[in-house]
Formats: sequence, C-alpha cells, structure tokens
Amino acid sequence: MTIAPEKTDTQVQLRLGGEWLALCSLSLLTPGRGVAALLPDGRQVAVFLGRDGRSYAIDNRDPFSGAQVLSRGLVGSSAGRPFVASPLLKQRFDLASGDCLDDESVSVTSYEVRLGTDLAVDSGSAA
Amino acid sequence: MPAMPTPAIVVVGHGMVGQRFLEALAERGVAERARIVVLCEEPRAAYDRVQLTSYFSGRTPDDLSLVEGDFMERHGIELHLDDPAETIDRAARTVTSRAGRTFTYDTLVLATGSYPFVPPVPNKDAAGCFVYRTIEDLLAIEEYAKTATTGAVVGGGLLGLEAAGALKGLGLKTHIVEFAPRLMPVQVDDGGGAALLKTIERMGLTVHTGTGTQEVTVDESGAVNGMALSDGSVLATDLVVFSAGVRPRDQLARDAGLAVGGRGGIVVDDQCRTSDPAVFAIGECALASDGRVYGLVAPGYEMAETAAAALEGSLEGDVKSFTGADMSTKLKLLGVDVASFGDAHGAADGCLDVVYSDSRSGVYKKLVIGPDGELLGGVLVGDADSYGMLRPLTGSVPPISPEQLVLPAGLGAPVALGPSSLPDDAVICSCHNVTKGTIRGAVTEHSCTTVPEVKKCTKAGTGCGSCVKVLGQLVNAELEASGVEVDKGLCGCFGQTRQELYEIVRALRITSYAALLDSHGREAAKGGNGCEICKPTVGSIIASLAPTIGADGYVLEGEQAALQDTNDHFLANMQKNGSYSIVPRIPGGEITPEKLIVIGEVARDYGLYTKITGGQRIDLFGARVDQLPQIWARLVDAGFESGHAYGKALRTVKSCVGQTWCRYGVQDSVKMAIDLELRYRGLRSPHKLKSAVSGCQRECAEAQSKDFGVIATANGWNLYVGGNGGATPRHADLLAQDLSDAELVRLIDRFLMFYIRTADRLERTSTWLERIDGGLGHVRDVVVHDSLGICAELEALMADHVAGYRDEWAETINDPERLRRFVSFVNAPEVPDPTVKFVPERDQVKPDLPVLQIRTLEGTAAR
Ligand code: SRM
Ligand SMILES: Cc1cc2nc3c(=O)[nH]c(=O)nc-3n(C[C@H](O)[C@H](O)[C@H](O)COP(=O)(O)OP(=O)(O)OC[C@H]3O[C@@H](n4cnc5c(N)ncnc54)[C@H](O)[C@@H]3O)c2cc1C
Ligand code: SF4
Ligand code: FES
Repeated sequence: MTIAPEKTDTQVQLRLGGEWLALCSLSLLTPGRGVAALLPDGRQVAVFLGRDGRSYAIDNRDPFSGAQVLSRGLVGSSAGRPFVASPLLKQRFDLASGDCLDDESVSVTSYEVRLGTDLAVDSGSAA
Repeated sequence: MPAMPTPAIVVVGHGMVGQRFLEALAERGVAERARIVVLCEEPRAAYDRVQLTSYFSGRTPDDLSLVEGDFMERHGIELHLDDPAETIDRAARTVTSRAGRTFTYDTLVLATGSYPFVPPVPNKDAAGCFVYRTIEDLLAIEEYAKTATTGAVVGGGLLGLEAAGALKGLGLKTHIVEFAPRLMPVQVDDGGGAALLKTIERMGLTVHTGTGTQEVTVDESGAVNGMALSDGSVLATDLVVFSAGVRPRDQLARDAGLAVGGRGGIVVDDQCRTSDPAVFAIGECALASDGRVYGLVAPGYEMAETAAAALEGSLEGDVKSFTGADMSTKLKLLGVDVASFGDAHGAADGCLDVVYSDSRSGVYKKLVIGPDGELLGGVLVGDADSYGMLRPLTGSVPPISPEQLVLPAGLGAPVALGPSSLPDDAVICSCHNVTKGTIRGAVTEHSCTTVPEVKKCTKAGTGCGSCVKVLGQLVNAELEASGVEVDKGLCGCFGQTRQELYEIVRALRITSYAALLDSHGREAAKGGNGCEICKPTVGSIIASLAPTIGADGYVLEGEQAALQDTNDHFLANMQKNGSYSIVPRIPGGEITPEKLIVIGEVARDYGLYTKITGGQRIDLFGARVDQLPQIWARLVDAGFESGHAYGKALRTVKSCVGQTWCRYGVQDSVKMAIDLELRYRGLRSPHKLKSAVSGCQRECAEAQSKDFGVIATANGWNLYVGGNGGATPRHADLLAQDLSDAELVRLIDRFLMFYIRTADRLERTSTWLERIDGGLGHVRDVVVHDSLGICAELEALMADHVAGYRDEWAETINDPERLRRFVSFVNAPEVPDPTVKFVPERDQVKPDLPVLQIRTLEGTAAR
C-alpha cells in the first residue's frame, strides 16, 4: 500500500476534553490495523484506520484480560460497522462506540478523531 | 413382595456377538437384575473382528476393543479371560471352565463363533502355517513374516483376500490359491470375479484359480518351504495362511447332547433357543430356523437382540424373532470395492440380469431384476458407491431404470439416485438395523444436527461404516427440509468454503484480499473491512500460493500485513500481559552447545523466562514488542531463524536420536527430521502442522501423534498421516510403507499440498481425514495412485514453496520500514509500555497481572 505524497503530512488528531491532540502522521497507519498511542496522562489509546479511510480511536486496554492490547487486534466489519477483535480472547469491540459486541454489559471508552494538518505532534514525553 | 432369587446367566464366548448380547441385556435393564458370568477363551475381551486387518494399518488391539470403558464393572458383569468353557452339565445346569471353575446357570447362552477350516493336507500344522481369525493369529503372522519373503493364502474368498492384503502389506511376495474358478465365489459371479482378478493382479499379487492345494512341503527343520498344487506345480513359499472357510464351533453343544445340524451349527428356533429351552445359541455357532449358518456379523447382532428380548420376555413379556437375515456385504478388499446384496446370483424364477462391465478399469456391476421390474439383488465390483442406495431398494421397483442405475456417473446416468427416493422403512444401516425413518426421527425429534450426533443417537454407521455416506445425505436433506439453512460459507463475508476460495485465488491469481472480497464476497460484505475469520484465512491461502500466483512471499508485505492474526503480525506469540514469546527454529531438536549458549545469553540479557517446550525446542517468554527486533537481531546473527510458533504453519519435526547412537535404530532419524523441517519450514497451511521421525518401531519420537509421522523400517520409512495430540487425540493412519528417502519426501509433498488445497479453516489433518469424502482411502488414491492426475501439480506447488522460502525474521530486521511497527507507542517510539510488568518466580520471571476474572468467548478462545 503506497500512500499518496500529499497525504503524508496529514495528522491523526484526537479530542481530549476541549482540545485536539496530534497523535501521529497518517502515513504510520496501515488500513485495517491499529497502533497504540500514549496520552499525556499515561492512558493508552488504540487508533485504527478503516478501509474507507476513516480513523477511529478507543481505549487500548482489553477489559477482559486487563492487558493493553486492543490496538493489536484484527479489524473487521459487522453489519457495516467496523470492529476490532481482541487478540487475546477474541471479543469484538465496535470502533465507533466502544461497545463490546459479544457482551452487552461491557464497553470501552471511544474517542473522537479527525484528520488535520496544523498541530505540533506531541512527543509523548508527558509519560 | 417376596425376594426373588437373582437369575444367573452364563455366556460362553466373548466375541462380537457375545458382547452385543451383553449390551442388549444392559439396555433392557436385565443386567441389573441378574448375575451374569462370561467365559472368554481369548486372552482379551471382545474386539472388532471385522476390522481385524486394520491392525496392519496401525490400529492397536486396544483401538479394536468393543468394550467401552467400565462397561463390565458398571453392569456388574463377571468376565473371565483366557478361560474357556470345557463341559456343560445340563441336568445340574452347570458349566465348568478349563481353570476348573464351575458356574450354575438359569440360562446358558452359547456364542462360540466359528473356527477356520483347515483342509487335511499333509504338514498343515508345520511351522509357518497359520489361520486368520484372532489378534493372536495376526501377531504370530507378523512375527514370522519378519524372516519370510514369500507368502501364500489358501482360499480366495472374502477372508482370503483380506489375509493376502495383510501379507502384501507386510512386504511379502503374495500368492492366492483358490479351488473355485473365480475369486470370492460366494459373493460375486463370474463377471465380478474377472473384474476383481484384473485389479488384484495389477497390484502385483499372483492368483491361481481353479487350483487345489495338495500338500505343504517342509525343510529339514520342519518349517514350510512350499506347496504342491493340484496342477502338478510346486509353489515356493515361506509362509501359508489357511483361509478356506469357517465352521461353527458346536463341539461343546454336541458333547452336551444339544441338537446340531447335519453340516454343523447348533439348532435354534425363532427365539434362538436350542433344543434345551434353558440354552440359547447366537452368532456364527448357531443354525438359524431358516436352516442357515450366518457368517456375518449383522445377522449375529440380530440374534443377540432376539435372545436378549426372549430372556427379558421370560422375565416380563414381549418377544422378537429371528427367522433369517440379509447376506449383503460391502467390503474394501485390497483397496477394491466389492459389494453384493439380496439375490446376487439370480436364483429366483424369471429374473433377468442387467450388467455393466469394463474390465479395463476393473468395474463390474450387475443388478438382478424380477419379473415385475423389482430389484432383487446385485453385485458391484470396483465401484460400489451406489451400494448404500441400492440395498435398501431391494424388493421394490426402483424409481429410475436399472440400465441407468448400473451406468457409471458421467456415462449417461442422468439423475443420481438420492436417498429421498427411499421409503421410510428402508434399512439404511444393516449392521444395526436402522431404518430411514429412525434416522429422520433423530433429526426431527431428537434435534441431532450432525452425522456424529445421529450416529450416537441411532448407532447407524457405527458398524462396518458402509452406510455413512447415505447417512450424511439423509441428515443434510432432513435438516434442509426442516428449514435449517445449511450454509457452508466460511463466514459472514464469504459464501464460499475455504477450499473454494483456495481454488478461486489459485485459478484467478488474486493476490489481494480486498480484490477477493469485492469480487467474490457476499453482497453485504463487499467494500467492507472483512472479519477476523476470513482475513487470516485468505492471508494464509495467499501465503501458501505466493510463489505460484506471484504474491510477495513475505507475509507482512503491503496489504497482507493487515490480514495476519496478531501473532503473525509481530512474528511472535502474544502472552496474557501483552508481552511476546520467542521461539527460534531448532530443526529436529538438534542443537550445538554454541547455539545453546547464545540462547542462554540472550535470555539472561533481556530477563526472559526460559522453558523447554513440548516440541523439542526452547521458548523465551516476556519480551516487549519493542525488544523483539533487538533480540532477533542477535539470534539471526548466531544462525537462528523463525520457528513459526506463531503461524498456522509447520511447527516442529521432532526426532529420536536414531541409528547414529541408539542400539535399536535402523535409519538416521535425526537427519531425516532436520531435512523435513528445513523443507517445509514457513509453509502456511489451514492449521498448524507437526511432524516427527522415529528411528525404529519403538517410536520414541511419537510420530504416530503427528500430522505426518515417519517411522524407520529396515527397508526405509513408513509414513503415517492424520495424527493429533491436543484435546481429541488421534493415532495417525499408515499411508505407505518401506519408502526410500526420495519417495518419502515426494509423498509428503503431495499429501501436504492436497491437504492445504482441500481442508477447511482451522481443520487439522486429523479432522480433515475424518471429514473428507472417502477418508484415508481417497487420500491414498489421490496422493499415492494419482487417481485425480494432480500429483505433478502438487509437487510443483511444493517445489515453488521450497524455492521461495526466506526467513521472515532476517527479512524484518534488515528493513527499517518493516521495523517501524515494533514500537509500543506510535507517538512515543522510545517509550516502553509501562504496563508490561513482571514479578519473580522460581529464579525467573512471570507476568505481573491485575487480578481479573477472565471471561472467555465460547468457541473462540485460545487459538
Ligand atoms: C509452548 C508450548 C507448551 C510448552 O511449554 O511446552 C505450547 C504452547 C501453546 N500451544 Fe500447544 N504448545 C506446545 C506444544 C504442544 C503440543 C506438543 C507437541 O507439539 O509435540 C501439542 C499436542 C500435539 C498436537 O498439536 O497435536 C499442543 C497442542 C496445542 C493445541 C491443540 C491442537 C489440537 O489440534 O487439538 C492448541 C490449540 C490450537 O492450536 O488451536 C495449542 C496452542 C498453543 C498456544 C499457541 C495457545 C495460544 O494461542 O496462546 C500456546 C502458545 C505458546 C507461545 O506463546 O509460544 N497447542 N501444543 C509448546 C510449544 C511447542 C513448540 O516448540 O512449538
Ligand atoms: C478377518 C475377518 C474379517 C471379517 N470381515 C467381516 C465383514 O466385513 N463383515 C461381516 O459381517 N463379517 C466379517 N467377519 C465375520 C465376523 O467377524 C463374524 O461374523 C463375527 O465375529 C461373529 O461373531 P461371534 O460372536 O458369533 O463369533 P466370534 O467373534 O468368533 O466370537 C466367538 C468367541 O467365542 C470364543 N469361544 C469359542 N469357544 C469357547 C468356549 N468353549 N469357551 C469360551 N469362549 C469360547 C472364541 O474364542 C471367540 O472369542 C470377518 C471375520 C474375520 C476373521
Ligand atoms: S525410536 Fe528406536 S531408534 Fe529411536 S530412540 Fe527409540 S528405540 Fe532408539
Ligand atoms: S451398514 Fe454397517 S455401519 Fe451401517
């Protein structure tokens, strides 16, 4: 997959409270897979790029195992909605809402994400 | 109520029918109300005599046992092994055994079976002469054959051909001597016999029909060295197996004054009672009320049921009767299908034959049709697929013309006859007398949804197995009729099976998952992200075919990276706290001290937990994702490569130390294991693949529990396939014997590629072999005899794989682009994940995990 040159400067930005935070360059994401990012307060988010070019972010912590691994799961679609399947015990989470598709009583935080160009990328030194 | 005295039942003979009788008593609750004593002449409890020959293809005596677990204890049955009944005192109602035990009976049941008839030729008892009836006979033949090169079987009937097949399998040059003018004179007619002869001769056996045996000749030591035949010739042979028919074992009954038939057999009535109402006789020792002695197991089982019902009746009410049985048989003899059913010889008045015969391909089919067009019986040789359908139609007018019924598929036969055309009372399983109605009921009333469930519920298909195909068709038809949609699609995204997707990818050379989904996915899934089932499956198909279809062989290249399971994505196995394990390949389990030291140093420097695995190699646990490239750089530098512990790919080829060191070894098992491991490393497949090579029959490498296992013989290698450990262990089946190195490798190439081509997702070779139509026989036909003409192609696919192999880890650490993914955080590549923590345990480390109640998602856990 080659990314068009004009896109390489595009950033993935995440909304934290009222602020937008730049996470990384879009070119670091592979469609259909995720990466983990560290937030200034030490929390971890899992950021995904769908096949349609849309990006998503949810909490990286798998509530079933307690491990920070959701970013490393496989992405799929169920009834048109994208999800990630935890790499440990395979429960699926809706990428947009954070709801667990296999256990209604469980959900993880979901974050608003956008693609932009104007922010300085946080180096993560906050951790 | 006054206490009733417990009735005593004594059973003489614990063979197939005797055991079935005990089960019938247990099912009827009689076992709980009576004292049951069983006298068994053989040193082991009842076993599957019908499958006796499968001992030579790797089934152990234990596998053949017919007695389930604690059956005897559970029902309070006393079984005396190795202690035959010697005398019966009918007046006192006692039986005395060889060991001198005496038992009193209220009811005596004789189930003594038959003995092999040995013609009274000179030297018939010489060393090297055998019969073929018990496991002990087989063990003796096997032992003697070690020093023999030629074997001869006297008798070309059903059992004779089985015995001949066994001798051939033991590596002997084999002759069959049959007095009648054709093989299997009882079951087939002249035409069928001729077709059979062609095929058997083509396999390299020598057949002498119309020839009698006049004398066994012996050398100075008294051991067999030949046979003088009725045509004046002498046949040199080291070993003779007599298989000239069986005779009912009725001596005990004769001595006790019970009525026996003129040509043998204990006379019984419709209820299987002998001339003494307190004594029953069942199975091959009985002369049934229709004047026949039945040498097959199905009628014996029916007698067992009848006698049990009569016994229960004498305690309660309700009777059943046995007035004769069907002599239908379907067998696979030396790999040839042979079936006969009903009036196979056309004995009825006014009947006509419809015959199809092609001696070139060894196919012969004859149907016997009555004056009103009803099917009376038939003979099928070489292709007996239609047996399961034809036998239940016996007695009725078939829905399509008999001419069409005998034509092979594709030669003008327009409609295949489906099981839907059978009436409900048609007997589908003749071994257990199960009708189509009962099978339908299992689906509609007992909500069975799979063939194994229906087998368990009805017993159908658990005898000789010849009805299983029709059973499968019936179950599917019934499920469809009751509205259960049998969707064979891989997942919600694809309506095709894995095998169909494999063929599509191969034929159209599709190298992209997205292209496959958009062109061949279900409508609703097109354009989407796919799912966690089809992505790795398609990723694996593309990887297996990469060199052939022109895809990149590196599994993390471009779009392929997004398809891989998490473990493949990082070329390591994720552990419960998000850390990874590292398993370098150690081919055949052989490793130099230098390499061992490198592993030790790496583990020490990175604080990794180190363990010897069950696969003869070393696993290093607890690496963070960002440490993987550094650790692998050191391992690759020392000459290690990926062990693919993360992939659905070849894992290990275990070895035993073999000929080089072990006093018993007959081949170099370590070298062969290393060669095989290096040849198939990196091969992506529907599930993981494991193998092992043992240096001799002692089997220290446990090859028979592997997907493909190799055991050394004095003449080369035996190849076993379809073994499995895990939750549902399965012993591997013998695929071929005494192969040279080159033959072995070629056969494994074909086997693996055929499996990769046709198996379902996550289907180990063991389940695949059980599921695939025709089972082991079919797989052997395809990969050994090239029946589909695809072997050259399978070999070419493997050659492509071998030529295209590259170590994934070496490729990864040498490419900065590829290394970019090995970070804990995309926005902080230098920061290690602080949540991956460890605590000490037995001088090493273990994951430090938050205490959580782990809920597993049923069915998908731990893959
Ligand atoms: C490490 C090891 C246990 C050990 O400490 O010894 C092990 C560890 C795992 N086994 Fe195993 N198996 C290990 C030898 C075996 C063996 C013994 C053997 O290979 O001789 C068996 C039985 C033989 C067989 O496969 O038929 C075995 C039968 C299984 C099964 C059941 C397979 C089946 O067909 O029923 C699974 C589950 C699966 O694959 O679906 C499994 C799955 C696993 C997984 C992959 C479970 C998981 O998803 O986390 C474990 C991965 C460990 C890791 O992270 O590296 N493991 N596992 C062994 C690694 C051998 C190696 O060097 O590669
Ligand atoms: C190699 C082979 C292949 C066969 N293939 C088929 C097939 O494909 N289809 C089919 O329908 N049939 C087949 N048969 C026949 C089938 O095995 C028999 O019909 C069946 O075993 C009969 O069961 P039975 O219990 O009557 O006799 P058996 O199974 O022979 O059992 C009788 C038992 O009684 C014991 N016994 C005898 N006398 C005494 C005594 N005085 N005290 C204590 N115990 C005693 C014997 O040792 C024996 O263990 C095959 C047989 C052989 C040998
Ligand atoms: S299988 Fe045979 S050769 Fe190998 S170690 Fe065991 S006894 Fe020795
Ligand atoms: S006919 Fe033998 S198992 Fe069904």
